[in-house]
Amino acid sequence: MGAWKSYKLRVKRQRWRARAWRKHGELSTVVDRTRQIRRDDLLVFSTQRNEQIRLPYFLDYYRDMGVAHFLIVDNDSTDGSLDYLADQPDVSVWHTEASYKRSRFGVDWLNWLQGRYGHGHWCLVVDPDEFLIYPFCDTRPLRALTDWLDASSIRSFSAMLLDMYPKGRLDDQPYRPGQDPLEIASWFDSGNYTLKRNHEYGNLWIQGGPRRRIFFADEPDRAPALNKIPLVKWDRRYAYVSSTHMLLPRGLNLVYDEWGGEKASGILLHAKFLDTFDTKAREELERKQHYAASVEYRAYASRMTDDPELWCTWSEKYINWRQLEILGLMSKGNWA
Amino acid sequence: MSSVGIVMLVHTALDRAEQVVRHWTAAGCPVVLHVDSNLPRKTYRAFEAALADDKRVRFCRRHRCEWGTWGIVAASQSGAELMLAEFPDVRHVYLASGSCLPLRPVQELIDYLAARPRTDFIESATTADVPWTVGGLDEERFSLRFPFSWRKNRLLFDRYVDLQRRLKLHREMPMGLVPHMGSQWWCLTRQTLSAILEDPDRQTYDRYFRQVWIPDESYYQTLVREFSTNIESRSLTLSKFDFQGKPHIFYDDHLQLLRRSDCFVARKIWPHADRLYKAFLSDGGAAMKRTEPNPGKIDRIFAKAVERRTRGRAGLYMQSRFPNQDWENGITSAQYSVFEGFAELFEDFEPWLARITGTRVHGHLFAPERAEFSGRSALINGALSDNAACRDNDVKAFFTSLIWNTRGERQCFQYGPRDNADIEWTLARDPNAQISVISGAWAVPLFRSNRSFPTLRREAAELQKIEAAHLKVLRSTWTKARVRIWTMAEFIESPMEPLQTIIDEIGTVTPRRLAEAPRMVDLEGFGRFLQNLKNQGMHPYLMGDFPVEREVKHAPKPPRKPYLVQ
Repeated sequence: MGAWKSYKLRVKRQRWRARAWRKHGELSTVVDRTRQIRRDDLLVFSTQRNEQIRLPYFLDYYRDMGVAHFLIVDNDSTDGSLDYLADQPDVSVWHTEASYKRSRFGVDWLNWLQGRYGHGHWCLVVDPDEFLIYPFCDTRPLRALTDWLDASSIRSFSAMLLDMYPKGRLDDQPYRPGQDPLEIASWFDSGNYTLKRNHEYGNLWIQGGPRRRIFFADEPDRAPALNKIPLVKWDRRYAYVSSTHMLLPRGLNLVYDEWGGEKASGILLHAKFLDTFDTKAREELERKQHYAASVEYRAYASRMTDDPELWCTWSEKYINWRQLEILGLMSKGNWA
Repeated sequence: MSSVGIVMLVHTALDRAEQVVRHWTAAGCPVVLHVDSNLPRKTYRAFEAALADDKRVRFCRRHRCEWGTWGIVAASQSGAELMLAEFPDVRHVYLASGSCLPLRPVQELIDYLAARPRTDFIESATTADVPWTVGGLDEERFSLRFPFSWRKNRLLFDRYVDLQRRLKLHREMPMGLVPHMGSQWWCLTRQTLSAILEDPDRQTYDRYFRQVWIPDESYYQTLVREFSTNIESRSLTLSKFDFQGKPHIFYDDHLQLLRRSDCFVARKIWPHADRLYKAFLSDGGAAMKRTEPNPGKIDRIFAKAVERRTRGRAGLYMQSRFPNQDWENGITSAQYSVFEGFAELFEDFEPWLARITGTRVHGHLFAPERAEFSGRSALINGALSDNAACRDNDVKAFFTSLIWNTRGERQCFQYGPRDNADIEWTLARDPNAQISVISGAWAVPLFRSNRSFPTLRREAAELQKIEAAHLKVLRSTWTKARVRIWTMAEFIESPMEPLQTIIDEIGTVTPRRLAEAPRMVDLEGFGRFLQNLKNQGMHPYLMGDFPVEREVKHAPKPPRKPYLVQ
């Protein structure tokens, strides 16, 4: 990378950080329990809106993994989730009514919170419908992974988004609060992903899965990106650029091996497609607060009314991380 | 007092170290602790106080231990000296770290060593013979100087190494020592250890090794060759290193593996591996096994992990493996066959091939309309879609995914000049590909179609141009696939022979002569068709020489009997 390019990216990164600083004025503290955070604690950062029904399971999932504190931005919820979060002993909540879109889909808010509270911590940035799976997650806590990453001088960990869906219509099985959403949305596409290198930021751009198969079959380029780097040993100089797809400095995006080997990686199980999806999609369509003028939601809405089934005969049923490893969706790398 | 003394180097997870120390001393082994002087004094004092009640514990002089530097050797020297001076009963000194965990009852180790009172257990191999080292420094570890920290001043470290190489600076080993290296975790007898530590030339040795890179893997390993009478060149500590030279870590889920290894001590244990500490430190005085350590299985697991990190799985493209071109270690994951012109020449080629070989036979996977999967299904393994837009968005990914998704089942498919040509280099460069071409066979469907001649002529010219370019690719020096090309005229002369060769090479069926040939289309008048094209100024040459009127041997129609070749 030339000095000029390096300089340009540096300027960009500082612009994102400045923007994050500017946007933090939109956040008002509801409950600040960040004094509980101890050195080396694992932290989860998230934005949410009207996800009350998902929150109990979400919080417990990551608590069991060993996450010590949650830092959550509530974007103007109306379903009581703000109060729920405020009652949790290990959650700090900020509230905002500002535009999700204009905060670049929450990135600015979280960049600021991470710079402020995440410095020196392993930070996981996930939505309430994303569940991290990493090698040996059934026998080793997340700290085992981060300790190993530290020992290996690795600062960021990739976890591709894997869209999960139920068999049958989305509204066949209603989701109850506290329930494991993967009991319902337990199917996924195992082998229809494409990868491209993003030469500016150095990250991979991954597309595919059921959303491209069904909603974007005719314009596959517009299918949503599935590459994610949600787990980073944060430094206040870092900044996410676009969701958790990529970040700066650029070296953090090099989570893949280019010489034939495999680096360790995980999966974010994306339990978006539950019976709650339909209402969500309608609401988001109205708010127009999502990526690319909600092109995704528009595609869903038109398609889901006639044939709301994502399942196909080649869908794979989720069992455990080893299955995902064998299928080649994630890798143990040299962690054994 | 036991005859085995433990020198333990500690720098983190002091609570775990304390647990292990108590385990050793409870079995009667004295322990000398070296605590890294990087640790704050307060932490050190607290640790010292916690172990003050144990009479078998001593603390030696503290040194600053940084990886790759002399401090670690100095620490072990101080520890060993103190051990030899304070505990006269000790016959064997075992060097361990704070993250080492004894796997077998301590008494077993004591007995094992008591039965071998003169043996030194230390891995020690000449650098010339073993390519262990990571990062390109092996002999140079000894011949260069390393005054800069690798961790903190990587740039200076590298520059200084370069400078010395350029100036051809070279240090000689003192006193004619022969450099040896090996695991830094050893178990030496009092005789050998005191001989090393009390040698009148120790100053010279130490001065030399102070500037050696990673001296803890070479100091004792080299000197022991001067003083020991009985070296068993292996470490009693199970310690595995990955491709970057950092130790593999053991977790709770390794419990059974560690138990079965029969090793005495393992390193390194994750400090939060509660189950491991609980299991191995609650010394149930388990059945006395007199077995030798047997770390074979663990070796294999870690060797596999290293291989996965460095070589990866062939033909896999995913979020953490995206190899540059020519670094794939296999463009695809399995062998497959490409047939060009066969489906055009034979009426029932696909079902015939599937029947004969038991493989999965697709149509034209790269056809412009859609990917013609076997059975013309819309989706295939891995929920890969036949949608042409999706496929053409990244044909290589489509194809490598297809081969990856169907691992374990050989794939065959048709290819021709009408298909998306973006894939051709991927196929040509791939040693997994078996490509069989009947050149010019694309003319057969044209010949059989009922379209107007000018359109046929235009299309024939187009297809011929594409196929000519394609054949050039297949014949280029970069092609790694097994390619066979016949002109159509050549092929129909005796179709069974080439078919037999191809099928034998696919090798899914027992080698047997083909009993059944696919049914060739009726080529009556094909020569005339070609001649007509020629008359129109479009010279079809890829199919070879077809006489204008020619009796076509293999089209005795109708009822055709399967013919047997014995």
